[in-house]
Amino acid sequence: MSEVLVLVDHADGTVRKPTFELLTLARRAGTPVAVFVGATEAASNAAATLAEYGAETVLVADDPVYQNVLVTPAAELLAHLVGSRQPAAVLLPSSFDGKEIAARAAAKTGSGVITDAIDVDADLTATQQVFAAAYTVTSKVAKGTPFITVKPNSVAAEPAPATGAVEAIDFTPSGTGARVVSVEEKPASGRPELTEAATVVTGGRGTGGDFGPVEALADALGGAVGASRAAVDAGWYPHAHQVGQTGKTVSPQLYIAAGVSGAVQHRAGMQTSKTIVAVNKDEDAPIFELADFGVVGDIFDVLPQATEEVKKRKA
Amino acid sequence: MRIAVFTKYVPDAAEERTFTADKTVDRDTDGLLSELDEYPLEEALTFAEAHGKDAEVIAITVGPKQAVAAVKKSLQIGAKRGVHVLDDRIAGSCVLSTSRVLAAVVEKLHAEAPLDLVLTGLASTDGVTSAVPVQVAERLGWPAATVASSVEVADGKVRIRRDGDTSSQFIEAELPAVVSVTDQINEPRYPSFRGIMAAKRKPLDTWTLDDLGVSGDEVGQAAASTVVQSITERPPRTAGEIVHDEGDGGRRLAEYLAAQKLV
Repeated sequence: MSEVLVLVDHADGTVRKPTFELLTLARRAGTPVAVFVGATEAASNAAATLAEYGAETVLVADDPVYQNVLVTPAAELLAHLVGSRQPAAVLLPSSFDGKEIAARAAAKTGSGVITDAIDVDADLTATQQVFAAAYTVTSKVAKGTPFITVKPNSVAAEPAPATGAVEAIDFTPSGTGARVVSVEEKPASGRPELTEAATVVTGGRGTGGDFGPVEALADALGGAVGASRAAVDAGWYPHAHQVGQTGKTVSPQLYIAAGVSGAVQHRAGMQTSKTIVAVNKDEDAPIFELADFGVVGDIFDVLPQATEEVKKRKA
Repeated sequence: MRIAVFTKYVPDAAEERTFTADKTVDRDTDGLLSELDEYPLEEALTFAEAHGKDAEVIAITVGPKQAVAAVKKSLQIGAKRGVHVLDDRIAGSCVLSTSRVLAAVVEKLHAEAPLDLVLTGLASTDGVTSAVPVQVAERLGWPAATVASSVEVADGKVRIRRDGDTSSQFIEAELPAVVSVTDQINEPRYPSFRGIMAAKRKPLDTWTLDDLGVSGDEVGQAAASTVVQSITERPPRTAGEIVHDEGDGGRRLAEYLAAQKLV
């Protein structure tokens, strides 16, 4: 069976959940091979968890150039591996880095690239949701090696123990490209990552800038906090939390929109959530068209009461 | 300072967007300049203003007849010159072919007089792949500094800030470079009445694949590197339960979550 390469998303060797989802999808189409870009010691720690989700081989690319140059070295690496290993496909996470690495490697190898897939079949047919999730489209790569980026939370990661043999890659990237001069870490919020969270509570214009009740409900539910474009543009919440066409696309089990009107740009980013709850003063707000459950009311009354009730039920 | 900006003509997201029988986006509908392309245009115009009269901002679009509207709008907003690549053979092109055509446009302009920057939006609002800017950079052999929330140019280099989820990176690249910008970077201006009048006298070139030295075999639906298999309209969500808060709205919300086993 041919190999399917999976680019590992990790922080210092701690593998992030979307990678396990990619390995789960990769198993359908071939033998999963994890491509780990980072320190060799970190890779040996990561290999065990990668093996748990089906990685037969863990290829390690350990070179400071991957940290010091943006996107290009990783793209060169994948293009090299496509040439030397002839995989059936390459799967990557649908982050900006993932999409750009895929696009560049695809251009290098004359391959088709499919971004933001929500599913990948055994025959490498990819499913996407387009036009603010108004349509579901399936497509296939017809040239070269399929490069497919997959959105987080698209499939449930399923363990399937495999060997996870660690192997160093003998390849040196050119080192050309845009250089990373410095990195500024953001303080950790203690909340789950927006695109990976099972629950997302989003605040909009209706918060008037006070995200306190939104954060409190998110914390009671163990969820992430999102913000509408209106709230981000007003400077009330950082852009990294923006849900919608020009921000993140989320697909959690539970999405709670608080004081969000539900413009098409917002719907594009949350429409595929499993359960949608809306709280808004305006009963004509378009968000109610999407809601499985809606409360017409003031978020400053409804959210704190819901938070208390959730805490009581959890206690 | 010479800057090219990619300005895509896209179907209006506020209207119904559909597909044609050949499974490509129906572009024969109400369209407009992609909102996300207003930001690189604004950034380019700001740079041009800082660099005086000789600075030139060139707006480029690739697309059918009506796509020229994106270039015309860019000229009204302030671009000095427009380029519309119009060739029936391009219809149905994939991302890879689109980047081939755009890279050829940049090469042609760069050969006329050197470009410093190619500025693009974060993504188009229809395809939303974010793949084109880096593929153009790849084909040109230029560095790409992408997802910029701020851009500075000095000493033959471009420096950008790239905000991620857990950190911000500060990136530097030699000119000429491809730079994609977010919608956080600036407040795009509107066309002024003077701008609208002046746009009518600005140069607008229409180029074909032959002008660019691109073969028809490299583009279009027949050459596409990705092929759409099926398109299904998403069924509308079934109407949910809407309650009015009468002092118990929060409690009822929590009860609903509990009933759905979400708590």
